[in-house]
Amino acid sequence: MAKVTIPLGPQHPALKEPANFALSLDGERIIGAAVNLGYNHRGIEKACESRNYTQTLYLIERICGICSHSHSTAFARAVEEVAGVEVPIRAEWIRTLVAELERLHSHMLWLGVAGHELGFDTLFMVSWRDRELVLDLLSKITGNRVNYGVNKLGGVRCDITQEHIDLIKPVLDQLDESIKYYIELVTNERTLAARMLGVGTLNYDDAVAYGASGPVARAAGVNRDTRRDDPYAAYPEIPFNVIIDDHADVYGRAVVRALELVESVKIIRFILDNLPDGPLETRVPRRIPEGEAFSRYEAPRGEDVHYIKGNGTDKPERVKVRAPTMANAASVALMLQGSYLADVPIIVAAIDPCFSCTDRTISVVDYSSGREGTLDWQALRKYSIDWYRSQGIAFDDLSRRM
Amino acid sequence: MAILSILIFPGFLFLAFYGTVFEFIDRKVYARLQNRKGPPWYQPIADFIKLLGKETIVPNEANRTVFLLLPVVTVAAVTTAFLSVPIWSTQAAMPFSGDMIVVLVLLTICPLTFFIAGWNSSSLYSTIGSQRVLTQLFAYEVPLLMSLIGPAILTGSWSLSEIAAFYVDKPLFALFNLPGFVVAILAGQGKLERVPFDTPDAETEIVAGAFTEYSGRPYAFFRLAIDMELVVLPAIFGAVFIPIFSANLFVGFALFVVKTVVILLVLTAIRAITARLRIEQMVKFCWMFLVPLALLQILINLFAKGLI
Repeated sequence: MAKVTIPLGPQHPALKEPANFALSLDGERIIGAAVNLGYNHRGIEKACESRNYTQTLYLIERICGICSHSHSTAFARAVEEVAGVEVPIRAEWIRTLVAELERLHSHMLWLGVAGHELGFDTLFMVSWRDRELVLDLLSKITGNRVNYGVNKLGGVRCDITQEHIDLIKPVLDQLDESIKYYIELVTNERTLAARMLGVGTLNYDDAVAYGASGPVARAAGVNRDTRRDDPYAAYPEIPFNVIIDDHADVYGRAVVRALELVESVKIIRFILDNLPDGPLETRVPRRIPEGEAFSRYEAPRGEDVHYIKGNGTDKPERVKVRAPTMANAASVALMLQGSYLADVPIIVAAIDPCFSCTDRTISVVDYSSGREGTLDWQALRKYSIDWYRSQGIAFDDLSRRM
Repeated sequence: MAILSILIFPGFLFLAFYGTVFEFIDRKVYARLQNRKGPPWYQPIADFIKLLGKETIVPNEANRTVFLLLPVVTVAAVTTAFLSVPIWSTQAAMPFSGDMIVVLVLLTICPLTFFIAGWNSSSLYSTIGSQRVLTQLFAYEVPLLMSLIGPAILTGSWSLSEIAAFYVDKPLFALFNLPGFVVAILAGQGKLERVPFDTPDAETEIVAGAFTEYSGRPYAFFRLAIDMELVVLPAIFGAVFIPIFSANLFVGFALFVVKTVVILLVLTAIRAITARLRIEQMVKFCWMFLVPLALLQILINLFAKGLI
């Protein structure tokens, strides 16, 4: 059978978001793979620069639909650092509580997606059913299911009352049961193991060299977790284990995520039992002084990095977001080498990709010459005016007539 | 009379209706096993009618005649096969000596048409899908045939009706066929291209496999043929491996429904509790596990023949 190159994406049922994988196939084996991102550029970083900090927080939370709290916490911490504001302890603990609830529902979502990619729809349905329990909790605590809007610059928006604690605790017991079931399923179900063991391998050295982060790195034995290595919020005071596995394949990633669910439940229990008293927020000045800050955050998918630069006004000079998928996407091409076409969906899904969160830049490619370059604002404006004029639409003429 | 049995009962119309009922039971039970609500009873029929009303798009590179004819061939093959399968009594509508082989050959026509359909569509996804259809065919066809040869050896007949009649006479001999029954169910799951053997139309890998380019009426008839296959295989298994028949027409028909539904429920349960295997894992499973088990079945029956 001759070599064929098959495009996986930008539109493909295995992908939840547009991305493109150009796969060279020899029969069912993949002999070469290239990852092309850049179908989801939304210009969020640029949009942040024209909004004040409160509005930016609102926008940053919408970078990702799953790890929304991760992004907003990372951003808020960076701003608070520049402004020199100390966040009250209780607020830090509430942020941590929501962060762990978010990790719970994110990992459950991943389990379901992985099940679906492997044709195991029962796991998909069951884990998403249990995920609803967490989403319901979040909506009862914060009023929203996904973009909770818990964070405020300098603190949190809503309190955790005794009623909330009474609400969360029975759900945690319920989750304990289902998590136990997932762990058993992931480790014991034979068809599942047959599809995950030895698939999409990424060894320790490559994981370090390619800068993989989060569960992908931990499944390769890289002992790295920002919550422990560079503790933030309430993590310095909370005991928890960093889950490491040495399978270095999709199976390892599934095991790491399943066991992290257990840790998250433990952390939430600890927070509910030891929630300190105190105020919920510190006032943050409207104008943030000049300065820059860099904040790291262990999102469910890996390490999330935010950088901000203040210039003394109420708008940030520069906001830079590196979502965890950016760190993991590079290693996908390596994982795909030598694997079967049938394994592509699960290998891609195993890094828990979130391509819309990742896309920060686009490059302009001249279709005829294939040359890549960038366009600045003026050139882009001129290009658009010229293009519309070639279509017979002249905006300058229109505005003159109006 | 013959034309009635071909077109209405137990031929095309009955088979088509029963097939949609089976698709509903399959989907509903699958949904309930996954803690979902599942579709209403008329969903498969509604899907069929909806597809009939959709535009039929034929790819430019495909041979138009072949593209449109294949679904009809499939439906015809499945319907013809069903005519020789015993339903309400041990006697099928149109039995003849050696019909078991003919039925199996007719059922092999389905995957062959799927293969040609995918290959003819000349899209990347459907080409890979049809390769997988053929690869899978080589894996399950042998164990499926051998699992049915076992019971046939014991009876000394190649006719499904005579095999059924033999086991009704001597029901205890049916117990010898249990390994064959297991092989038949698993190989049947492969023939029906259902999880864990649904690699040929793995949605998350190759869209809809061989049927990627199909739409409208041709696709509706392919779907119908698959539903019909879902009836024919349990009907064959029920006739060969579960020799419970009645002389009364209505009781016999009720027994047929019970038998086929029970087998369908087993097939659905397998679908709900497993993940999709890769194609080479599937082939390995069939040749390393199903074929030896089917050989064992033949061996058992050769010895059991001495007991008659």
